Amino acid sequence: MSEITAEQVAHLAHLARIDLSPEEIDHLTADLVQIVDSVAKVSEVATPDIPATSHPMPLTNVFREDVVRPSLTVEQALSGAPARDGDKFRVPAILDEE
Amino acid sequence: MAKARLMDLDKALELYEPVLGFEVHVELNTKTKMFCGCANEFGQGANTNTCPTCLGLPGGLPQVNQQAIESSIRLGLALGCEIAEYSRFARKNYFYPDTAKNFQTSQYDEPIAFNGALTIELESGREVTIEIERAHMEDDAGKLTHKGGATGRIHGAEYSLVDYNRGGVPLVEIVTRMIEGGEADSPEIAKTYVASVREIVKALGVSNARMEEGNVRCDVNLSLRPRGSGQLGTRTETKNVNSLRSIERAVRYEIQRQAAVLEAGGTITQETRHWHEDTGMTSPGRPKSDADDYRYFPEPDLVPVAPSREWVEELRATLPEPPAARRKRLQAEWGFTALEFQDVVNSELLDLVEATIAAGASAPAARKWWTGEIARLANAQGVAADTLVAPAQVAALIELVDAGTLTDRLARQVLEGVIAGEGTPVEVVEKRGLAVVSDDTALIAAIDEALAAQPDVLAKIRDGKVQAAGAVIGAVMKAMKGQADAARVRELVLERSAG
Repeated sequence: MSEITAEQVAHLAHLARIDLSPEEIDHLTADLVQIVDSVAKVSEVATPDIPATSHPMPLTNVFREDVVRPSLTVEQALSGAPARDGDKFRVPAILDEE
Repeated sequence: MAKARLMDLDKALELYEPVLGFEVHVELNTKTKMFCGCANEFGQGANTNTCPTCLGLPGGLPQVNQQAIESSIRLGLALGCEIAEYSRFARKNYFYPDTAKNFQTSQYDEPIAFNGALTIELESGREVTIEIERAHMEDDAGKLTHKGGATGRIHGAEYSLVDYNRGGVPLVEIVTRMIEGGEADSPEIAKTYVASVREIVKALGVSNARMEEGNVRCDVNLSLRPRGSGQLGTRTETKNVNSLRSIERAVRYEIQRQAAVLEAGGTITQETRHWHEDTGMTSPGRPKSDADDYRYFPEPDLVPVAPSREWVEELRATLPEPPAARRKRLQAEWGFTALEFQDVVNSELLDLVEATIAAGASAPAARKWWTGEIARLANAQGVAADTLVAPAQVAALIELVDAGTLTDRLARQVLEGVIAGEGTPVEVVEKRGLAVVSDDTALIAAIDEALAAQPDVLAKIRDGKVQAAGAVIGAVMKAMKGQADAARVRELVLERSAG
């Protein structure tokens, strides 16, 4: 069993700005324990000669030429915004942070 | 904002040893953004350069800009760094509206460049070697404007507006190791280090390097160690320091502020502080601990960057002469005093003077024209000197002076004509009829007339009072509308007086 605590879940929720009730935190803590345990099983089958990877494809140096491609129009860019002010996205005041 | 108590700088340095560190962000001048084909340019309307990738929309897929990788490697090499054989991007997760992705694509434990060093020279001649821990690649955030509230700053804002044109623009972040032993030179070290980095990126051509536009930005880490304690103090990170002068001031301010807090028995809070250009103070931002939980992990949408050694060497071969070495070489070649040379450098005229000399002008003349008349005109018009006149034109003007075709005074009029778009110096001389009157017959006629008009002066000269000739010379120069060589006029006046 891995050790995921309710405090850790509450901390993560705060970092992700997700408002969780105490019940939801308990519920998610149990879920996360299971998820982490499942992932840990992979480590059991991975022998030391198998290097860790971040990508399924064994590729490196996939580059794009520095050539401008068309962007979205302003209207397209803002079409999904909950609020706008002229051509800018409008977001709630952000306090005590930068 | 409450005014913090400050300790006298000399006293602060007596009690504490400042320990510095810098994070300099360099915005690359690629045509497109780091991971998408949107144009890397501002000054357009808000949100005109965005796409699903830089807006973090579902389905967006980042693709690495090869030019940005080359620029990063070249910058790393110019800072004396090793270039990683294997380097990965990582997600730095944070929740803030300046990025719509909710993470910054950065690098964590596998930066593209590491272990470098940059030696800077202070005005006293003291050399300080700044060790570079790493230079890593990342993308820039969008631009926030805080609205409402009294100050337009974050605190008290009612809402914020976001323009994502800058979001996704390639950055290189250069991180130094701890710098100890700076002592009283610490503020100057800070300024000179950032100036040197700026000079290098400019010489490489990888960034527009305009601090006022945020192309080069500096965060200053500073802590104080009580003398003899051997223990590091708690550091603060001052952000938003966007001019060389501010960097120097911010370091001085933090030394004085932290010393006052410590001396009063207080503790330094590990925090981000914001520099305010207008008041010359810093104010606390967020505490570091909590929000620094960035949960970095390798970026799953991008494959690693593994530059071959051949490629790295090819790029190394493209590096320009290091700016500091170039300055030393040019000063020696031109025979300028330290003061004269510094004047050229500080006025950002080095390239122009060099080009003018390359076009055939003598070093002293090139310096005189650029730092004198041209700088004065540029200043008066509020434009950069290089927008007024090309080095080749200046060299041509100097050639006319050297050949005796123009006096300095006439040359200034010709320069005005060139700047006004009337043509090359030679063409302006012709059009405005400004050449020196080198025809002695015309000069002698004017001299004889002037001598006849001032018989008392003539008598004095004949008496051996040579300085009296000045009045006649003045009259002749006036008659010639200044288009005569005063030395030649003087010779002729004495000759004619002897008659």
